[in-house]
Formats: sequence, structure tokens, C-alpha cells
Amino acid sequence: MNNPILLIIQREFLSRVRKKTFVLVTILGPLVFAALLIVPGILASMPEDDKNIIVLDEAALIIPEEGRGEYQLEYLDPRENDLATAKEFFAESAYDALLYIPTGENWDPDFIKNNILLFGKEDPSINMVQFLDGILEDRLNKQKLLRNGVDPEVVAQSVTQVNIQSFTVGEEGEEEQQSATGLKMGLGYIAGMFIYFFIFFYSVMVMRGVIEEKSSRIVEVIISSVRPFQLMMGKILGIGAVGVVQFVIWVVLSGGIYLAITTLVFPEMLAEQAAAGPGGAEAASIQGFEIFDQLRAINFPLIIGGFVFYFFAGYFLYSAMFAALGSAIDQEADSQQFMMPVTVPMLIALVTAANVIQDPNGPLAFWMSMIPFTAPISMMIRLPFGIPIWQVFVSGAILIGTFFAMVALAGKIYRVGILMYGKKVTWKELYKWLRH
Amino acid sequence: MIKATNVTKRYSQKLALDAINLSIPKGSVYGLLGPNGAGKTSFIRIMNQITAPDEGQVHFGDRALQPKDIARIGYLPEERGLYKKMKVGEQVLYLARLKGLSTAEAKLRAKKWFERLEMADFWEKKVEDLSKGMAQKVQFVTTVLHEPELLIFDEPFTGFDPINTNLIKREILRLSKEGATVIFSTHRMESVEEICDHIGLINNGQVMVEGPLLDIRKRYQNGTYSFVVKEAVEHWGDGTLLQESKHHTGHSYTVKFEHYPGTVVSELAAKGTLVAFEEVLPSVQDIFIEIVENGAKLVPHE
Repeated sequence: MNNPILLIIQREFLSRVRKKTFVLVTILGPLVFAALLIVPGILASMPEDDKNIIVLDEAALIIPEEGRGEYQLEYLDPRENDLATAKEFFAESAYDALLYIPTGENWDPDFIKNNILLFGKEDPSINMVQFLDGILEDRLNKQKLLRNGVDPEVVAQSVTQVNIQSFTVGEEGEEEQQSATGLKMGLGYIAGMFIYFFIFFYSVMVMRGVIEEKSSRIVEVIISSVRPFQLMMGKILGIGAVGVVQFVIWVVLSGGIYLAITTLVFPEMLAEQAAAGPGGAEAASIQGFEIFDQLRAINFPLIIGGFVFYFFAGYFLYSAMFAALGSAIDQEADSQQFMMPVTVPMLIALVTAANVIQDPNGPLAFWMSMIPFTAPISMMIRLPFGIPIWQVFVSGAILIGTFFAMVALAGKIYRVGILMYGKKVTWKELYKWLRH
Repeated sequence: MIKATNVTKRYSQKLALDAINLSIPKGSVYGLLGPNGAGKTSFIRIMNQITAPDEGQVHFGDRALQPKDIARIGYLPEERGLYKKMKVGEQVLYLARLKGLSTAEAKLRAKKWFERLEMADFWEKKVEDLSKGMAQKVQFVTTVLHEPELLIFDEPFTGFDPINTNLIKREILRLSKEGATVIFSTHRMESVEEICDHIGLINNGQVMVEGPLLDIRKRYQNGTYSFVVKEAVEHWGDGTLLQESKHHTGHSYTVKFEHYPGTVVSELAAKGTLVAFEEVLPSVQDIFIEIVENGAKLVPHE
């Protein structure tokens, strides 16, 4: 028994999975992603070359011993040099930078702060400027406090940093959970971005497939054997299967790469941290507990289940629209003007992601996650924050309902569109096809 | 084989088929003729169940057309193509399986066809690497592979090179001899006169004339005769000279008469100059023009 839909799914799936580009993207994707995450880290952790800075400190503001790490400070005697001779000396020396601190008429900190100069053989790095800023600001602050008769020690002791620990309490007085807002924000963002990327990528793939069949003129042969609706659904399901396979391979590969890197490349760093003294070890273990607590605060089954659901439902909804679009177009080059209105809802969902995260239970977040065209992204962003479960079900039901309605509509447009050549398609025309 | 009764198809503003009645006899080679936009493709799509008629019925054999009949029809559309990135062999098997063949059976038959049409080395190639003529052969094979009882070719010879045209004409006639019913749809009416035994002429969504080709041409006989004579002839009595030409054996004339030119023939014969005399049947093209200008002739009562 040849079930035509199964045959179509099979062809759509195999013809894509066997492509070299699929293999490349699937295997290289996680590697590139990992490289993006890791390479900057490795580069940043590499020590910079020592920088020697010569200081002409007319205001006697800093002391050479304040040089730290790669920044070494050395004095030029202000009694024997002025800025001009200092610059001459610097130009001929091996020093990397020259810092000039003037003294005003009567040692006015406000004059000094605006007239400090830094000369470099090359552009001074931001790190160096920040380092010097830090020292100079600290010095000038203290001098100002002293001039106003305040003991800087008192000020240092009275600076306070507040650390709020937030909890969420269940309606039936369940156990309190630490809320781990930062982690949730990250999860929400990443899940929303992934959903957007997947829906867009694979829906466009469906559209391309439809246009390919149309422009290669094979479509009429196919639909003399199967119903147009079967061809459309077979394509959507087949490409959906490609997406699932690609996603699973990515997850497995990324996990493998992450494990490999953490155990092979960074073990010394982890060991260093642990060996950084009793204080360091303690801090590390406290941090570890915190992360563990935070992970417990997140409902992973809900998030993973939600991700799978919203990926599929969103993909089906959008791929049906893209299939209908593809059927109306002869050439891929014509697709841009029609894609725009269809993708706008997803873009809105992305643009408002920050607002949704700031207030995951506010009216914007609520409505965005109920409207089926934005729900896959907006709801995914909200899910980690723990939202009333009825909202998840209502949004899911609306999404499924819209999906079925959209597939029926798309099927109608598709049926007419795939046999229509050389016609300049307008939205009005599409509406007409609906009533054919 | 196919009987259409009052089949009507409307597109938004246009009436593509206006209650047409057609009957395509089993085993015939049927020419579905008419200018572009006459409604041929609309009718073919209805037979293939790509679209449904708004009114009327189509019978396949002795019962109404059913979805499963798709497997008994082979269709080569006017807009035809193949998946460019797919290998020829895989593609042929895929299309055959969509028509209900098992993989093993499809493979067996395809190999046979590929050998016969000298295209065995296509099998592992991608379609985009084939020449146009090669791709056309593949398309032909995919149309006939499932051994359909009804073969429908829409403008089959546009875009085919002359060698393939002959090859495919030959294969189609062979299939017809083996019992398949063949429908040719084309606007180039002269191209099918030699192979069709039945025709249906369509214009503006209406059937102008339908029946056995010879009967129709006889019905539209208009008193035109051709003569081959040794010496030039100046006067043709009440006949109107349509065409003349001179060649090394003598002269040829095409003359139209009001009545059977018995006296002209016997005079020429008596002079001993007449070499050949023949009634000229109108071409389908002529018949079509005649019908468009003057309306269809009724079938004479016998």
C-alpha cells in the first residue's frame, strides 16, 4: 500500500537530509556556536603584555606602588621636568604611555580632573584608561572629602550594597522557591530566539520547496496523482521532520562539545579557582549552591514541553502561510514583498521580548501570548517565569485552532495558486482564490 | 472510455467550459483540438481530477469518474518538469509509486523502458545534468510507466525536438495498438491529423464538432479536387482555380467546383492528358476556420 502523504513526507525528508549543505550546517552549526561562545573567553583570559606607564605627577596625586598587574607606574620627577621635556623623554623611551597630572593654581581637584592627559605610542586600551581612571578618581574623591573635613574611612564603611533575596510563594502555600530572575530571563530569551529562528528557517524552506515545484513545472504531474492538500501537508510534515532531526543532532552535539571543552580545556582554570585559597573555595561552593537552588526554581518539564509544543504549532501555522505564499509566486525573487507582512507578527514578538521579560504577567505579555501569531515566541519567553497554567492551555488551544483554520485556508489558496502562472499576484487576488 | 455530459467550468469571470458533451471511444486516438484558451486544458484537468466541474458529469468506462481512477490515467501536462536536484531513477520510481505501483514493480518496468528508449545510462544522473531532449524522454516514461488505460498528452510536441517527437509518436501509436486510449490536446491541428482517428474541436468552451476524423472531413468536403495533367489547362468550366504549379512531369491544379466535375474529367481523359484526379478533403484547420466563420454543419440524416 502506497500512502501518498507518507511517500511525499519521505521524499521531502530524504531529499533534504541527504544534501551536503544539510550535513555541513548540522555538524558545523554547533561547532561555530561553541566557537562563538568560547573563543572570546579564551582570548579574554589570555594575559596582556605588561604596560609600563611613566607618570609626570605635578599634583603629587598618586604613588608608583599603585601599579597593579600588567600596569606598572614609574615617576618622572616633576621638579626636573615639565610636559614638554616629559614628552621628549617619552618619545625616546621604551615606555608604553605617558600620564600627565597637572596641578592647578591652588591644587583644585576640579581643575585637575579635567586636565589629566594620557599619551600613548598607540591608542591606549580601554582597560588601561579604566585602570587609571579608577586610581585617579579614588585619590581625588579622598582629597575632596578631606578638604571638606570628612574622614574617607567613615565614608568607605558606610557604603552599603543591598542584596534582596526574592521568593515566589504558591497559591496553596507550597514550599517557597527562590525566584532566580536572571536565569529565567536568560532561558526565556534563548528559548524565544530559538523558536523564532526555527519557525522562520523551516517555514521559508517550505515556501522554497513549493516555489521549486512550481517553477520546475513538476507540480501538475504530482497533483494528477495526489490531492494538492496532500502534497502541501506532506511537504510541511516532511520538512518539519528535517527540523526535528537537525535540532536533536544540534542538542546532542552541543552537549558533547560543552562536556569535552569543560573537561579538556578548562580543568586547570577550575582547579585554579578551587585552589585560590580557603576564601575562594568557599565562595565557589556558595556560588554552586546558589545555581543549584536557582535551577530547582525552574520548571524544566514545562519549559521543554512548551518548547516542543510551540515549536511545532508555530511551525505548522507559519509554514501553512508560507506554503500558500509560495504557491502564489512564480519566482523566488518575488517572495520578499509578501513575506514581510507574514513575518511582522514574529518580529513584533521579538521586539517586545524585553518588555515581556520585565513584566511577564503584565497585559502586554498576556495578550502577546494569546494572539496565535506571536504566542510561540512570547509564551516561550514567559514560560520560565511560571505563569498561571490555564493561560498556557488557552493559548495552546487558540494556537491549535488557528493552525487548523490556517491550513484549510492555505490549502485553498495553494490549490489554485500552484496552477497559476505569469499572473501578478495581489492580496486581493489571493482573497479571490479563497472563494474559488 | 470517457463520456462528458454537460460539463461546465467557471473561473471568476470566465466561462471556460460551457456545458460540453464529449465522448472519447475506447481504443481511439482522440485529438482534442482548438485554439489556445478554448478550454482544452480545463477539460483535461477535470479528467485528471485536478479540478472538479461546476456542473455535469464525467464517466470513466461505464461509471462516474472516481479518485482511484487516477492510477488508470497517464497525464503529460503542457507545463511539465521534473525535480532538478533529484536523480532520474529515484524520480521515476517516486512518481510511479505515487500512481500506486510497488517499488519492485516500478523498477522492473522502468528498466525495460529505459533500455528500449536507449536511456539506461540516465538512471544515476541528476535531472539538472540532462539535456532537454533527455529530460523529455524521462517525462514520457513517467507518464506511461504505470501502464494506464487512458493516456492524456497536452500539447505533447511543443518543446520536443524532432527526433523525440518521432520517437514518441511511434511509442504512442504502439501503446494505442496494445489497447490504450490516447487523447492528444493541441492547438496545432495539422500536427495530429496523421495520428488521430477521432477528433473533438473546441472553441470558446464549446464543442464545435466531434466524431471520427474521416467522417468529419467528408462532411466538410466542399467540391475541391486536384488534377495532375501533362499539358497546361486554361479553362475549368464553372470551377474556380485555387492553386496551380508546374513541375517536370506536367502541371498540378487544385480547383473548386459547384458540382461533381464529371465532364471536365472525361474531356481531359479524352485528350489523353489527365494523369491523376483526386478529391481533396479539407484539413482540420480548414474545417475549423469554416466553422468559426459560418457555424457548424449539421450531421446529414442518412
